[in-house]
Amino acid sequence: MTAITETRELAANRRDIRPGRIIAWTLLLIGGLIMITPLLFMFSTSLKTSGQVYDLRLIPAAPTFENYIKVLGDGRFMRWFLNSTFIALTVTLSNVFFDSLVGYTLAKFEFRGRYFIFLAILSTLMIPTEMLVIPWYLMSSQLGWIDSYWGIMFPGMMTAFGTFLMKQFFEGVPNDFLEAARVDGLNEFTIWWKIAMPMVVPAISALAIFTFLGNWTAFFWPLIVTTSKELYTLPVGISSFSAESSIQWELIMTGAAIGTIPTLLVFLALQRFIVRGVMLAGLKG
Amino acid sequence: MASANATSPAGPSRFWDRLNISTKRLIWAWAFLALPILFYAGIRFYPTFQAFWLSLTNWDLLRPAQFIGLANYQKMFADPIFWKVFQNTFLYLIIGTPISLLISFVIAYYLDRVKVMHGFIRALYFLPYLTTAAAMGWVWRWFYQPVPIGVINSFLSTLGIAQQPFLRSVDQALISILIPAIWAGLGFQIIIFMAGLRAIPSTFYEAARIDGLGEWAILRKITIPLLKPTTVFLVVFSSIGFLRIFDQVYNMTTNDPGGPLNATKPLVLMIYQTAFSSYQMGYAAAQTVVLFTILLIVSLLQLYVLREKK
Repeated sequence: MTAITETRELAANRRDIRPGRIIAWTLLLIGGLIMITPLLFMFSTSLKTSGQVYDLRLIPAAPTFENYIKVLGDGRFMRWFLNSTFIALTVTLSNVFFDSLVGYTLAKFEFRGRYFIFLAILSTLMIPTEMLVIPWYLMSSQLGWIDSYWGIMFPGMMTAFGTFLMKQFFEGVPNDFLEAARVDGLNEFTIWWKIAMPMVVPAISALAIFTFLGNWTAFFWPLIVTTSKELYTLPVGISSFSAESSIQWELIMTGAAIGTIPTLLVFLALQRFIVRGVMLAGLKG
Repeated sequence: MASANATSPAGPSRFWDRLNISTKRLIWAWAFLALPILFYAGIRFYPTFQAFWLSLTNWDLLRPAQFIGLANYQKMFADPIFWKVFQNTFLYLIIGTPISLLISFVIAYYLDRVKVMHGFIRALYFLPYLTTAAAMGWVWRWFYQPVPIGVINSFLSTLGIAQQPFLRSVDQALISILIPAIWAGLGFQIIIFMAGLRAIPSTFYEAARIDGLGEWAILRKITIPLLKPTTVFLVVFSSIGFLRIFDQVYNMTTNDPGGPLNATKPLVLMIYQTAFSSYQMGYAAAQTVVLFTILLIVSLLQLYVLREKK
């Protein structure tokens, strides 16, 4: 036994200092730097004047925030930023609430029709959004939802993916805890909210990250359902702003940078959390 | 007064108290599900059936929809642009999925063993996943410009390589749009592959090493077979992503959406134009049914492949 352990350790050490490791590490680092090159050039160009755009050095000769002042000056981007934040937050809260509630009900209550409802919800995963946009558009124009926050948000208020994810996790919550709470006379809603929910916090955060990111970057439906610029989300705003700016690349890069900075900041602050959330949702989902 | 007040609130509560525990739980369960059932019925199922129905009509937003049978489908299958678009959509899939999976697997495989600056290197690969496709489409579009603006062409010219037309060329435009799409998705795939690699029990590797298997043999005989569920998930996930590509194409070809000469137009962009530029809602609905069918086949293939394993 000890002999085996020793050889394994020796082997491990030998592996670790092999030149192959160093080459692999260097190549990985170079690849990673190539991955962020578009972002670096975007930031760099957003700090250049229109005259300097042709100078492709990564570090601007005379960095200036002029473009940011210009782009943010008329308040449009601020508005789109707030729209996107409000929409993504509201949809995320709705998903955390309803997907958890439905996932919990399907995992922890026994009643006739439970399996049918689960399958029905799961089957909606097969239906692509693109197929629903035409009926949604018809529905929105009949109900006056075109060009409103609700119109942008309503299709995503609950998702089958989130429900499935939460159901998987609630199945791991021991029934004893819930029974004990029942004996104490708590009602079912309180049991879910106060006892079961705190036990699946990792799943909730994974769901929240995915929902927020998905809605923050959503483009197709907001593009269809909004007509006035005040209601654009940030991606739709960036797209329309860039198309208007024709070849003023320094302004286009500034707009793109403004759309990218918030998510990058959030990521830098919560990196481990987000990576774990993506792993969790990807593996269970 | 007092007695009237006492009975009215007691009424419902006495009714509730009389129910046995399982009935109470049943009522709770359906109360929890009530709003979600309405949501799924009204915003998922009804629109699905409506899409099928609209695909059999000539609805154009102005006049009420009239049943025209399969005329939309006949028109679509006789339309050379549809077949061009169909081909493009599959080119995105057939080129995009294998390339992105191969790259992300190789990176995940090596990154998994890296200990020095692991978090930093992982972050470099993951960051593009957090970007907005609409914004990045414009960044890449700028990259592809001719000299002196475009970064890539300027780089090529310093190396003495001829300039490339990229988005302006019928042959290169589709690949040029595919690259940012692959780029943006790599981070997600690498993270999922790494999670899959970590889920393989280390005892398998230890046993293999004691048996004297080399790295390559371990990769082929242990890692790849045990990673199959992860791989199948990623194949389906990225295939669906490429089949639904829209944001990048729309933003990189705004002056001639899907151009040049429809060389980059995917099915979703055709649907968007048919529905929201020409307002041929019925015809567009028929195109969405085709998209639905393709995605359904991909999902069923996944189920089939996974079942075979068990």
